[in-house]
Amino acid sequence: MTNNKSNSLFESKQVKDALVQSFVKLNPKVMFKNPVMFTVEIGTAIMFAVCIAILFGAQEQGSFVYNFIVFLILLATLLFANFAEAIAEARGKAQADSLRKTREETPARQLLPNGDIKNISSSALKKGDVFVCEAGDLIATDGEIIEGLATIDESAITGESAPVIREAGGDKSSVTGGTKVLSDKIKVIVTNEPGESFLDKMIALVEGASRQKTPNEIALTILLAAFTLIFVIVCVTLKPFADYANAPITIAAFISLFVCLIPTTIGGLLSAIGIAGMDRALRANVITKSGKAVETAGDIDVLLLDKTGTITIGNRKATSLYATKGISQEDFIQSAVLSSLADDTPEGKSIVELAGLEVAQKLSIEGATLIKFTAETRTSGVVLKDGTNIRKGAQDAAKNIALQAGNVFPEDTAQKVIEISSNGGTPLVVIKNDQIQGVIELQDIIKTGMKERFERLRKMGVKTVMVTGDNPLTAKFIAEKAGVDDFIAEAKPEDKMNYIKNEQQNGKLVAMMGDGTNDAPALAQADVGVAMNSGTQAAKEAGNMVDLDNDPTKLIEIIEIGKQLLMTRGTLTTFSIANDVAKYFAIVPALFIAAIPALQGLNIMNLHSPESAILSAVIFNAIIIPILIPLALRGVDYKPIGAEAILKRNLLIYGLGGLIVPFIGIKLIDLVVAIFI
Amino acid sequence: MNTELFGVISIFIISIVLAIPIGKYIAKVYLGDKTLFDPIFNPIEKFIFKISGINSTEEMNWKQHLKALLSVNMAWFFLCFFVLLFQGSLFLNPDNNPNMTPDLAFNTAISFVVNCNLQHFSGETGLSYLSQMVLMFLQFVSAAVGMAAAAIVFNAMKERTTDKLGNFYNYFIKSCTRILLPLSAIVAVALLFSGTPMTFEEKDTITTLQGDSVQVSRGPAAVFIAIKHIGTNGGGFFGANSAHPLENPTYFTNAVELWAQLIIPFAMIFALGFYLKKRKLSYIIFGVMTIGFLLLVIPTVITELNGNPAIEKMGIAQTTGAMEGKEVRFGPAISGFWSIATTVISTGSVNSMHDSSMPMSGAMQLLAMMVNAFYGGCGVGWLNFYIFIILAVFISGLMVGRTPEFVGKKIEAREVKIAAFIAILHPLLILSGTALASYFAANDTAMGYWFNGNATDWLNNPGNHGFSEMLYEFTSSAANNGSGFEGLGDNNPFWNITTGIVLLLGRFLPIIGPLAIAGLLANKKYIPESAGTLKTDTPIFGVMVFAVIAIIAALSFFPALALGPLAEYFTLK
Repeated sequence: MTNNKSNSLFESKQVKDALVQSFVKLNPKVMFKNPVMFTVEIGTAIMFAVCIAILFGAQEQGSFVYNFIVFLILLATLLFANFAEAIAEARGKAQADSLRKTREETPARQLLPNGDIKNISSSALKKGDVFVCEAGDLIATDGEIIEGLATIDESAITGESAPVIREAGGDKSSVTGGTKVLSDKIKVIVTNEPGESFLDKMIALVEGASRQKTPNEIALTILLAAFTLIFVIVCVTLKPFADYANAPITIAAFISLFVCLIPTTIGGLLSAIGIAGMDRALRANVITKSGKAVETAGDIDVLLLDKTGTITIGNRKATSLYATKGISQEDFIQSAVLSSLADDTPEGKSIVELAGLEVAQKLSIEGATLIKFTAETRTSGVVLKDGTNIRKGAQDAAKNIALQAGNVFPEDTAQKVIEISSNGGTPLVVIKNDQIQGVIELQDIIKTGMKERFERLRKMGVKTVMVTGDNPLTAKFIAEKAGVDDFIAEAKPEDKMNYIKNEQQNGKLVAMMGDGTNDAPALAQADVGVAMNSGTQAAKEAGNMVDLDNDPTKLIEIIEIGKQLLMTRGTLTTFSIANDVAKYFAIVPALFIAAIPALQGLNIMNLHSPESAILSAVIFNAIIIPILIPLALRGVDYKPIGAEAILKRNLLIYGLGGLIVPFIGIKLIDLVVAIFI
Repeated sequence: MNTELFGVISIFIISIVLAIPIGKYIAKVYLGDKTLFDPIFNPIEKFIFKISGINSTEEMNWKQHLKALLSVNMAWFFLCFFVLLFQGSLFLNPDNNPNMTPDLAFNTAISFVVNCNLQHFSGETGLSYLSQMVLMFLQFVSAAVGMAAAAIVFNAMKERTTDKLGNFYNYFIKSCTRILLPLSAIVAVALLFSGTPMTFEEKDTITTLQGDSVQVSRGPAAVFIAIKHIGTNGGGFFGANSAHPLENPTYFTNAVELWAQLIIPFAMIFALGFYLKKRKLSYIIFGVMTIGFLLLVIPTVITELNGNPAIEKMGIAQTTGAMEGKEVRFGPAISGFWSIATTVISTGSVNSMHDSSMPMSGAMQLLAMMVNAFYGGCGVGWLNFYIFIILAVFISGLMVGRTPEFVGKKIEAREVKIAAFIAILHPLLILSGTALASYFAANDTAMGYWFNGNATDWLNNPGNHGFSEMLYEFTSSAANNGSGFEGLGDNNPFWNITTGIVLLLGRFLPIIGPLAIAGLLANKKYIPESAGTLKTDTPIFGVMVFAVIAIIAALSFFPALALGPLAEYFTLK
């Protein structure tokens, strides 16, 4: 899983790129999108003008060196904020690039409409083109298999070394560019124009070209703008106040006070946090179509999970064979095995396994006609050479066959069927020549660790719902055993849809994962729809995320990433604003001490001089940004301990911490600055 | 000393205890539930609705509510403005007091319409009895408007999705008839028996012990003073407000008047709990407000009891505490307590001279109005607090990793935008107003029409104290408080018009904002609470709201306070 990921936070190449970007992003047009930092840029420009004015002989603003240092620190504040955004982008881009690298410029063999094969480059393939891949080929681009079946090594994108099978039709027909065909031959139709694959879209999102602010990000930006505005008011009105008090304030002091008070810490880190969220999703091998989807994931109330493959290990296994009264166990086992010899479903194989090889070897189905399972008959089986008709299938289908032939459905079998169902098993009834022979018990095996995961989700406030085709009794048993909160039994695609709509009607946000084309409407309806990469194109189009690992439990990780994203914003906002208290106590006395010496009483940090106090506050304000970059990129830890406990914890760390840390930081910086002044 | 503190504490506790049943009663009134007094009030209200042609059962959405609210206020403003302008020649003017100047009439009319009662005049010489009656009418209806607005927000917070939020006139009339009138009657009777006048006769002439003959103003004061406190208006019948011996004759009336101004703001918070069946939420809100209140009141009372350090340095013992500007019958403890109660609650009636309070007390009085959400005025206190809740919910929602919700409704960009705007408005009005005045004072500008003389002449004191006087006047206006630091020459076009504008904006925008938010939220889908929801009725959320209030309200005023009362405090120390 981790072979294609870099785990260190900063890599030298990324840092280099980000440094260059930090300067490029100083462009006011780019800065304008971030109102907090834009005002800092204006302040920096004013300080630059002040420095020039001093060089030309302006007197009242203090020494050139002091003003120039203030200018440099403000510039550094801007660069730090830009760097935060740039490094987040660089990391996301590097992550996406490593995925993209594999698929660039691979040779492709296009199948022309006249049947000829033409060798072209993958980048020349257009949507709707068909190409052919054989064992050993790299798949040129994303597409859907229209003919054939192949084993494919997808480790380039998933990191999973075990090969997977992809085949035309059905829900496992998608192939991804850059993966390798290990066996067989397939025809693939291209599903995207070049440059428009999910990955390309994701890269564009990370790079900021098409990055739109999420609703919470917009609301937070408004709040931060409001805080900025309050401090604009505070600083502008301070001028006449100070004039009245005969306490002239230099431009440098004004701008320093302003820059320190506005929430530059969160303002500088805000976009980095958002990008890092998408990047974390990508690191979890999930491609998101928008930042909003990640954020919404954090709010999910209801999670729909398919039973098979998610809660239980994909396949059911036969665990017991019960003969009907009047049929010998031996005869029954023979019938059961005969009906399953040609059945290569995992269930069928497990029946043969259970009966034992020696039984199977004795029997033969040579010359028999195989009857495949269909949705209508809901049975499968064989008609032997001698005309013996053996079927196995769902109990109601079997019952119908028996009753229609004028036979009874024995009481003890009916009992057994109920018993098996209520124990979470699936009963398969065996019929020989329209007579009931007995019941095979199939049991689901629940994946280890699922119970703990559901418990964790419950603590997060997420309700888990198991979706299964099983009958209600079986479903209930497994639901209880696995620890899910609710289940949809005998689920048809529209049941999922209705369940989602119903929950949404009650104001809940619903997430689901799916792969099949029949999942597509539900994926589109769900607030967060995660399509598996192996799924059909329709499913991938309908959802708002694609999971490259095809791991159904990935949703849990996605929810945590969403929560982390919001929390990181919230806590850093709190931290940033709490810092203001200390900055006030540093700067306000410094502004007025010359005119009103008694205000020395407010200098509770006992800072060296007005100049050193102002410089220390601005320096602290600047360096806190790079110090917090790692936190912004990694995200604040999420623990499912309940909303109130999280608030308590974060308020303590980032609220109280935000109150105290700057007092210490500013004092320490002042001790150093005092040496030079 | 101890009896003084005992008096303060017992008045405070009695007010809280009585506020709970009254809160329950208020909730019933707004819910339309049966109460004991239905047989008395039903016919009265029926009659009022009938003659005014109002269908009190017609439900309104938040925009219709605002339209109704703003239009009735506009009508009252013009009525009051013209009465004041021509009072000299109208009836009920036995003392032959003159007409008001247009700028003073403008300021006074606005000031009483907005429940502020900033008085740039003295009642004895500035108003006819007719004007007093009109102002008294405004004291009732402006309080009822605030309460009706709060009731609309209560309604909007119910667990459902709707845009129908009750009928404005229904809430408004019932606030008058069922809440304000009966409570005022109780207070008026208590005042009447303690010696407050209630007459329409002209000034009385009495002969003092020295043998001089003195003219004593009187009038229909008892009812006026009752609603002045019950409705948290604060406008005095006499110029000296509740320091005047006829307006507040004894320690007992002082206690009654204190209770009267505390009771509705207290009870409204409990009413919220009863109304929504969220008692815990109301206790948390009340707790946050009380902690804020105590943090302001305790330093004030201690400072006032300790006396003035400057006098102490002269070697004079101050056994009675700081008595400058205070009434001997009340003493420093209850006067200090009153000064915070009246500023926290936007009453603005005074029983001592705030200009003479110790600098620390002055800072606390200012802070109380700058925050303007600890209890707050009749109904509107809750509206201000609501804004801070919205902001706190938003930030703490992010902190726990979930899109913020408040009572089952998602808080999104639009609500945050409105809340942030209202939160900015208060510092904007106060600081820019004070900046304007300071600018003129700093340059000692000749003011022409705006003020008779140079700008510094409107200050009674130079330096930091003068700054506090200007800051106080705008703070009091923006908070719709109405108390004066005094010492400021404020009856002139400059102060009448600037504070008049601040009063208007400071009243109606903070009503429109919360109503809009509540209306928008009411229309959103209701989301039932889940394990992941951040509960708002917990102490930790209370801490969060308190922090938001402290940061927004207190921090933005820190530099201004430093130049005013804090500079004085440190200089005096």
